[in-house]
Amino acid sequence: MKVALFVPCYIDAFFPEVGIATLELLERLGCEVIYPLDQTCCGQPMANSGCHEDAAATERLFVKNFAGFDYIVGPSGSCVHHVRENLTAIPQTAEVTKVRERTYELVEFLHDIVKVTEFPWAAFPHKVGLHNACVTLRALRTAKMSEIDEPAFSKPLDLLSRVRGIQFVTPDRPDECCGFGGAFSVFEEPVSAKMGYDKVTDHHNAGAEYVVSADTSCLMHQKACAERLKLPIKFIHIAQILNGARA
Amino acid sequence: MSSRDEILARVRQKQPEPRPLPSVPMFDVGLSTSFDTFKTNLSRMGGKVVDPPADGDLDALILKLFPDVRVVCSATPEVKGNLSIDTIRSPQELNDVDVGVVRALFGVAETGSLWLSEAQYKVNALGFLSQHLVVLLDPGAIVANMHRAYQHRGFVEAKYAVFMTGPSATADIEGILIHGAQGIRTMTVIPVSAQ
Amino acid sequence: MKRIDHAEASSKFIKAQDHLDFHDQRLWDLRKKRDRDSESIPEWQELRSLASAIKEHTLTHLADFLEEFERNAQANGVKVHWAKDASEHNQIVLQILESRRARTLVKAKSMLTDECEMRPFLENRGIEVIETDLGERIQQLDDEPPSHIVVPAVHKLRTDVSRVFAATIGTDAKNSDVHYLAESQRQHTRPYFLKADAGMIGANFAVAETGTVVVCTNEGNADLSMLLPKLQIASIGIEKMIPRVEHLAVFIRMLSRNALGSPITQLTSHFRVPREGTEMHIVLVDNGRSERLGMADFWYSLKCIRCGACMNTCPVYRRSGGLSYGATYSGPIGVIIDPTFNLRKYSALPFASTLNGSCTSVCPVRINIHEQIYKWRQVIAERHQLPFVKKEAMQIAGKVFGSPKLYRAAVEALGASVEHLPRFMLYNPLNAWGRQREVPPAPASTFRHWYLKNRTKSGQRK
Repeated sequence: MKVALFVPCYIDAFFPEVGIATLELLERLGCEVIYPLDQTCCGQPMANSGCHEDAAATERLFVKNFAGFDYIVGPSGSCVHHVRENLTAIPQTAEVTKVRERTYELVEFLHDIVKVTEFPWAAFPHKVGLHNACVTLRALRTAKMSEIDEPAFSKPLDLLSRVRGIQFVTPDRPDECCGFGGAFSVFEEPVSAKMGYDKVTDHHNAGAEYVVSADTSCLMHQKACAERLKLPIKFIHIAQILNGARA
Repeated sequence: MSSRDEILARVRQKQPEPRPLPSVPMFDVGLSTSFDTFKTNLSRMGGKVVDPPADGDLDALILKLFPDVRVVCSATPEVKGNLSIDTIRSPQELNDVDVGVVRALFGVAETGSLWLSEAQYKVNALGFLSQHLVVLLDPGAIVANMHRAYQHRGFVEAKYAVFMTGPSATADIEGILIHGAQGIRTMTVIPVSAQ
Repeated sequence: MKRIDHAEASSKFIKAQDHLDFHDQRLWDLRKKRDRDSESIPEWQELRSLASAIKEHTLTHLADFLEEFERNAQANGVKVHWAKDASEHNQIVLQILESRRARTLVKAKSMLTDECEMRPFLENRGIEVIETDLGERIQQLDDEPPSHIVVPAVHKLRTDVSRVFAATIGTDAKNSDVHYLAESQRQHTRPYFLKADAGMIGANFAVAETGTVVVCTNEGNADLSMLLPKLQIASIGIEKMIPRVEHLAVFIRMLSRNALGSPITQLTSHFRVPREGTEMHIVLVDNGRSERLGMADFWYSLKCIRCGACMNTCPVYRRSGGLSYGATYSGPIGVIIDPTFNLRKYSALPFASTLNGSCTSVCPVRINIHEQIYKWRQVIAERHQLPFVKKEAMQIAGKVFGSPKLYRAAVEALGASVEHLPRFMLYNPLNAWGRQREVPPAPASTFRHWYLKNRTKSGQRK
């Protein structure tokens, strides 16, 4: 399976280990992984600020980088959601439509397309709180949301439960937003920080040693809150655990 | 151009493309119309249910339930009380009523609601100025749910119609539940077949 | 018109720890009660779809339904008035009151009358207006607007209410027992019900088929306001129409379950024909609703049945309080309605959201709230009302991310020191970020660097 790797801008700049883990994991699973070198960003920072037209050049570049691939995979639910649902600042040609349809978030790709059943190299003997980013949860529907009474399902949990030694703890408000929200984290700093404090305290009180998520943006915000609160809780991306990280 | 014409013209101009009206199912397959179901749901809303008196003397039962009352006003001939609803000229006169008595036309099992209108109340304010309300309900006159309830022709015939579900209540201060906000403090339902 | 600064107001709210904790917990509790009710009704999702479809049908045929409603209300002996805007609404209400020399008005909760700022208008013209809903009364006596559309004083603790009542209706300042306070308001308000010249309600629903006004309350104050005074007024937003009596079942089943997690309100009252010897008036109010009906992206907000579920679930609302939005309608529904009243004043509100989508998932009439929030940001950017970032900064960002070379240069510059961001970011967001959080360190190398070192261009290991 040939896969184009989409590494969001903030992961490229601040959390390269998440991009590395994603690439190595896909390779371990037998994928041929190509990283288009001229990629930059999906356009979300401009679009989410209402600056729809200013996202056009970035979106055009995204399509140019990823055209022709059957699968485009990125370790970020919010970026993938933007590509699939909101990449609309450019004319919707057949090529644009194809790229948009073929862009997957890592967990949904592993669960729905590769249908991974085991990660023999992985072990994570720690108590873990699972955080599903809101867009990944409610828009990409990677797990049951508490607002809707439907049969329980969780793609990230399905994958993580195949990791040796992992134990899950459940916070009091498992899918309340953690307060990152992109620019919200800065322009609505008081509420954002309070939400982050509440979230990490909730995980901590539930006994989590680690919080794992498929979205680095949430993790970055929660980590920053936990460190300020001096809570002994660590943060890790799901790609890193599935790729064999022990801590 | 009157405001009416202006508003209607603008609404007509701005209305989006028509959307169809769905047909609404009754959602009552397998639902209970039993008094027990009604009682459970009424209790959840703070209403009480009391067994009818073996001797059929409702006046005596009411005095037993409310030993310190002075004014009992009944809108149904089944209870005499000591203030006749027929003497009431203006609703404000009901302000001193301790216990109001009325017969509901029907109940709704889904919610524990009672249906009443001016035909039952004679003076509607009886259901709101009374400190306590006693409601007679025929246990056979219960519909399953709100969909059934809203089929009743009373909604096109009555001047005023109300679903009462338990006593008046509020939780506006710190979420603490209070019974007896502006209206009745308690509601007691007695299952008695209608004549 | 000064822009409402939600972030600033929220900062104050958050500093009052006890109030914040209570507010957040109380509303989350209502959310959980709503969840429990949704789980007890197998047809819950179908009811949401039906409620949404009935509203969409009504709104897309609104003119016909308004005329039908008027016809039937008039046939019932009710006088029907039409108000283009808030000012005309207030004038009409005043004229109705003056026509019967009414000096005291008891009223039930009506967000529409708050929206029209009716109370100060009437009070300035010698009408005594008594809010009879406990929460609204607390707010009236404290000279504060309501903070939540269902529980208006949810941001107050009992000690606050005690303080307000002691200063205004003569309760014991040392007594903050909730039963005592509620009983005091009951006793204090009862005489007003009895002697009021006029009573006023809003409407949860208006049934076109019968000309009926439907109000859902728990306290009994709407009925007392209508069943005692000889002069009765109902103020109704034109979007409150529903076609037939049978449709009420869908909405009545959904309203209180979504608002409070109870199957129905204690009272569901249907006013159709005035009592003999009394007079009933209905004022149908537009005040921007017809305009909103024509907005392709935003007309769905007119489906709102004012249940408040979106507020209860919103993590931002729970931690900032309704008053921080500076508008009659707050929380998620407020965010998508208020810009239609005043775009500049409310231009920060669509950014007081993380776009988490919980509101959309709980809305009983399936309003796509968070998607409309996203679209409002575009409108605000297009009309140059962006509250934070300068449009120019976004244009530059767009160019940088749109060019591989410029992007790589910017990322290299970051590597030097993360505290010094590129100059085009006129506002250094890390100043705000770092107030309550640690700043992430810039790593030694980017992903791209690592890739070029460890893989060939065709993805082979080196």
